Amino acid sequence: MTKTVLTVDDSPSVRRMIAMTLEEAGYRVIEAVDGNDGLAKATSNAVDAIITDQNMPGLDGLGFIRALRQTPTGKGVPIVVLSTDSQDDLKAQAREAGALGWMVKPFTQDKLLAVIRKVLG
Amino acid sequence: MTDDMTAIFRDELRDLLDSLERGLLDLTSNPDDPSLINQVFRDLHTVKGSGAMFGFSELAAFIHNFETFFEHVRSGRLRITPEIIRLSLAARDQIPGLVDGTADPDGQRDAILAAVTALLPGATPVPSEAPKVEADADTAADLHAADEPGSDEPLPDASARLEFRFVGDALGLGAQPEIILDELRALGATGIVAALEDVPTLDALSVDQCLFSWSMDIPASVKESDIEEVFVFAEADWKILREQAADTTSQGHDFNLDAPDVTPPPLADTVMPVAAQAVDPAPALAAVPDHPTAAQMPQAATIRVPAERLDALMDSVGELVIVEARLTELARLSRDPALMTTAEQITRLAAGLRDATMTMRMVPMRSLVARFRRLVMDLSANLGKPVTFSVLGEDTELDKTVIEKLADPLVHILRNALDHGMETVAERAAAGKAADGVVELSAEHSGAEVLIRVRDDGRGMNAERIRAKAIALGMIGADATLTQQQILSLVFEAGFSTAAAVTELSGRGVGMDVVRRTIESLRGQIEIDSALGRGTTVTLRLPLTLAIIEGLLIEVAGEKYTLPMASVHEIVALPPEKSAAKRGSDFLDIRGSFVPFLRLRHLFDCQGDAPSEQNVVIVQSGAARVGIVVDRIVGTNQTVIKQMSKLHSSVRAVSGATILGDGSVALILDVGHLIGNGRVAPSDTAKEAAA
Repeated sequence: MTKTVLTVDDSPSVRRMIAMTLEEAGYRVIEAVDGNDGLAKATSNAVDAIITDQNMPGLDGLGFIRALRQTPTGKGVPIVVLSTDSQDDLKAQAREAGALGWMVKPFTQDKLLAVIRKVLG
Repeated sequence: MTDDMTAIFRDELRDLLDSLERGLLDLTSNPDDPSLINQVFRDLHTVKGSGAMFGFSELAAFIHNFETFFEHVRSGRLRITPEIIRLSLAARDQIPGLVDGTADPDGQRDAILAAVTALLPGATPVPSEAPKVEADADTAADLHAADEPGSDEPLPDASARLEFRFVGDALGLGAQPEIILDELRALGATGIVAALEDVPTLDALSVDQCLFSWSMDIPASVKESDIEEVFVFAEADWKILREQAADTTSQGHDFNLDAPDVTPPPLADTVMPVAAQAVDPAPALAAVPDHPTAAQMPQAATIRVPAERLDALMDSVGELVIVEARLTELARLSRDPALMTTAEQITRLAAGLRDATMTMRMVPMRSLVARFRRLVMDLSANLGKPVTFSVLGEDTELDKTVIEKLADPLVHILRNALDHGMETVAERAAAGKAADGVVELSAEHSGAEVLIRVRDDGRGMNAERIRAKAIALGMIGADATLTQQQILSLVFEAGFSTAAAVTELSGRGVGMDVVRRTIESLRGQIEIDSALGRGTTVTLRLPLTLAIIEGLLIEVAGEKYTLPMASVHEIVALPPEKSAAKRGSDFLDIRGSFVPFLRLRHLFDCQGDAPSEQNVVIVQSGAARVGIVVDRIVGTNQTVIKQMSKLHSSVRAVSGATILGDGSVALILDVGHLIGNGRVAPSDTAKEAAA
């Protein structure tokens, strides 16, 4: 069955890059423009994995993860946080908020695929 | 990375540049607004992040260094000053060049970075930080850069055992044991056994935890770093038990799954060791909470669609509306009730579709206004004329085509306002005016039109000088009687310019005649009003949309024409005593006010006699009203505007054409032009009427 990945990022080009890479590899991709949008889409679709940016207007990545983990469908979905920030405390916060992993931008398409295969199989 | 994606990035970059500029300019008036500072910071951040992602490493490095400086502003250690804004705008202006790979022979980029570094508190010229972004990129390229020196040494022994168990709410976080096991199998693990001792009874079971522990044989060649890689996305305690002849075996046996000292570094550290040298961490986040405020635009869920697709959709809807009119006509002729009902439904749906499509094409003025702020700021600095620039009605929406074409005319009008309209500081002081001039750009809806005004409180226009110049140029006769409005409007004529010295600024670009032509090509009008010593207001009246309008269908000598409904004021019967055909225009008494009218039969040089009863359609544009005598009123219709061919572009009385339900073509009359015709009536007719 096709696995669905939700990408949450306020940068259309990053979103597009993720979507094109993953779609090419046979995943279905849903795009969301910020944390609030991500929350709406993650709760209204069956999502197998989430890649979210941290730095976004409105609801940021950590806020999004915290909110999602509170919802009944939000448990058990692997979430990978993307950001240019590589600060230790942010990583700890992401972990605490309920992220499974962390990936730093910029990344290559190969690396993205490796990460997704790692969390989705 | 495909070109496609790079193109998307360039699109996004354009928006980011706009947003950055707007944010910086807004900071001029609200230097302490944390949400604005955050917005600027976030924009810089996105430029850096996405730029690096799409291979613009020079851009990323430059922005990174600038961002490092701006971080001091965000954390509150540095207050926004005009100098910081100026440097930030200069840095922003470097971005397009960095993306295009333009060289920087004058070292401007380094100069900007050096200048901002000098602003840092207590910072004696610190060499700008080494481009850490590149370091980021390198490390990040290797996701599993967790290798600790020494852990990679191949081990000589024959086999080893691996034991692991997940910690915490691994399942709740989305870790998947089967994937982990698959990966271990791929490394050569065999004899995998799950230990169930720790699994509690059903009532104590948590769905978020995986309480199995696993053990397996792995080839001795498997390195610790390989295992770390397996667990990069799953928090687990794991341990390799090496069965080495030389080694004491006891070590292996006192292995304790829960022993904290054998816990591998938490995932986050493993993935991103670069974090250790991150500059300048936490305080910024704590100091400036990243909450959106009213100053930020609401982030509605939007989809980015190429403009051509919208145009294509609009074309299709236009065709649909035409076919729908045809269907309605056929249904009416068939007198089949079922068909007529269906046609009515289609009419309703088509109207809904039309409205939805037109709304999609609407863009707020805001997108246009940002660059004007910058323009006014630059002009004001160049000319040494301080001005306060305010914008009203930024949210007023207009068709995107209109917005795009408005940019140049507005730039020209604003330049004129600052360059010619605004006095120098000394002149203002002499006239008893405040030192800071006022320039205001406003936009508002008015019926089916949008009014855009540029108002200044400068010296105003001298009608006498304009008149004298127009006479000297032979544009008007020496004895012409013109209203103030008409005199001022002369500046829109080709070849007219009162500026004795063409300054560098206003001398460039389009002239006022080009401004008028552009506005008229948008089916809009331009008006100018001025009071000597008090200022000038230029008003642009623009239609909401260019594609489909509500029209009034009329008939003259067997031909059908359309008038834009928005400009139709009223319809009256032509009094019998006026029906006697006279040439030119005439006047009607409409409830006490005289309205000039003109006969389309004469205008179009039609043969044959007019019907005994004719109607006058009173059209209005601005303050001017003119009556248009027509043979017959046919009714209203949805007018899908088709542009006239280039061949007909010189025909001023007609602004386009539309296709009617029966497939025939009706010309769309240009009301602005008709009004001009009606007002500049042959003077003899006017005299007769007055007599």
